[in-house]
Amino acid sequence: MTEPKIRIENISYAYDGAPALRNISLEVQPNTITVFFGPAGGGKTTLLRLINRLNDLVENTKIEGRILLDGQDIYAPGVDVSQLRRKVGMVFALPLPLPGTLRENVVYGPKRAGVRDVRRLVEITERSLTQAALWDEVKDRLDSPASALSGGQQQRLCIARSLALEPEVLLLDEPTSGLDPISTGKVEAALQEAKKNYTIIIIPHSIQQAARVADYAAFFLMGELIEYRRGREIFTTPRDKRTEDYVTGRFG
Amino acid sequence: MPRKTFELELAQLETEMLTMAAQVENALTEAVDILERRDMDAARALIARDHDINAQRFAIEAQCLVVVATQQPMASDLRVVAAILFNVNELERIGDYAKGIAKINLLIGPGPLLKPLVDIPRMAELTRSMLHRAIDAFVRRDVALARVIPAEDDQVDALFEQVNHDLIQMIIADPSVTRQANLLTWAAHNLERAADRVTNLCERVIFTVTGELIELDTDEASPLE
Repeated sequence: MTEPKIRIENISYAYDGAPALRNISLEVQPNTITVFFGPAGGGKTTLLRLINRLNDLVENTKIEGRILLDGQDIYAPGVDVSQLRRKVGMVFALPLPLPGTLRENVVYGPKRAGVRDVRRLVEITERSLTQAALWDEVKDRLDSPASALSGGQQQRLCIARSLALEPEVLLLDEPTSGLDPISTGKVEAALQEAKKNYTIIIIPHSIQQAARVADYAAFFLMGELIEYRRGREIFTTPRDKRTEDYVTGRFG
Repeated sequence: MPRKTFELELAQLETEMLTMAAQVENALTEAVDILERRDMDAARALIARDHDINAQRFAIEAQCLVVVATQQPMASDLRVVAAILFNVNELERIGDYAKGIAKINLLIGPGPLLKPLVDIPRMAELTRSMLHRAIDAFVRRDVALARVIPAEDDQVDALFEQVNHDLIQMIIADPSVTRQANLLTWAAHNLERAADRVTNLCERVIFTVTGELIELDTDEASPLE
């Protein structure tokens, strides 16, 4: 195996003294899609947010352990959180395009990061939309309002917006939960394309999606990491009885 | 039980496979019994019954696809469905071997056999018993049983070599028996192949339980397969 892109070391996390994650350790390989899955309340979203330090401002929480990105502790003193978030992009369940045109959405991040060269912004727009598998559908209407896009297109626009900053890691929390199967298929295709350049962690909205996209899959249950293996193994021959019960739908 | 319909559908698939296996088992021993009795009508009836076995196989296959499409089985459930799909194919082929013996019976015609059959009925009974226990092992998810059955294939192979040897001796002694001796060798060969397929069924028991696909073939020294 190559050097992991992300190394999660003995992470424990609690909200108001209630443990949400218990001693989680796992390594995320570069240029793969890693799936966090499991029943609600298992800790998968919490862990995803910790990788982006989205919980920094949540009060009464306690984090133990380390999260390393390329070997650097992202919680070390002096780490610039906005720099971290340039490297680690996040896409949420509900697509939230910014007011404005498609083009404005895509170049918003790069512009704020100081890119002024128009030719460069045009390149970024095409590259990001292509990587998000949206370019062919929208290339002739880049200056129309983003709100006019379908839900599936809006979600791919949000992925493109994240990719415009050329992050190294892309985190997605149920990115297709509100989409129809065709849009979902397009988003999944976009992720398969994007993993060539990025490291992707996704919380899928169903086991079937988990099985479709996972290079690696981590099963979380009540704050514990139960099983973490190659996707094609975990969905055909899980080792842990609890994983088996969950993926076969006999959980509970 | 959170997936009651699915549980029922899986159980139904298994029951249908069992029904099919029972028919195939019967066909195997019956084919040899009919051969001994020189019963042409019964041979024709057995050949006709093979269509039912084939139809069952297609029906189970179709039902497996419905279960996959509607229930999206995963993990051990998925392996059960995959194993049933595989098993019905093997069972159908074993049924074809039985049908083949019935056809040989017709080719030999109503006259007497060269000699009373001794080893061929023993092959049929051994193979039937192996098949019965292999299916039992599947139903009970009994890996230990599945592991021991394939070793018995060596006995079937040894009997086949004995039959072959005896019939060649008869041909050498009297070349006019060549045609029937050849046909009887084919009948024995069908049984030998049927027993080999039982080994495949045993491998699927292990796959169903553990997810591992391993070969249980024991007679690597044999020139036959």
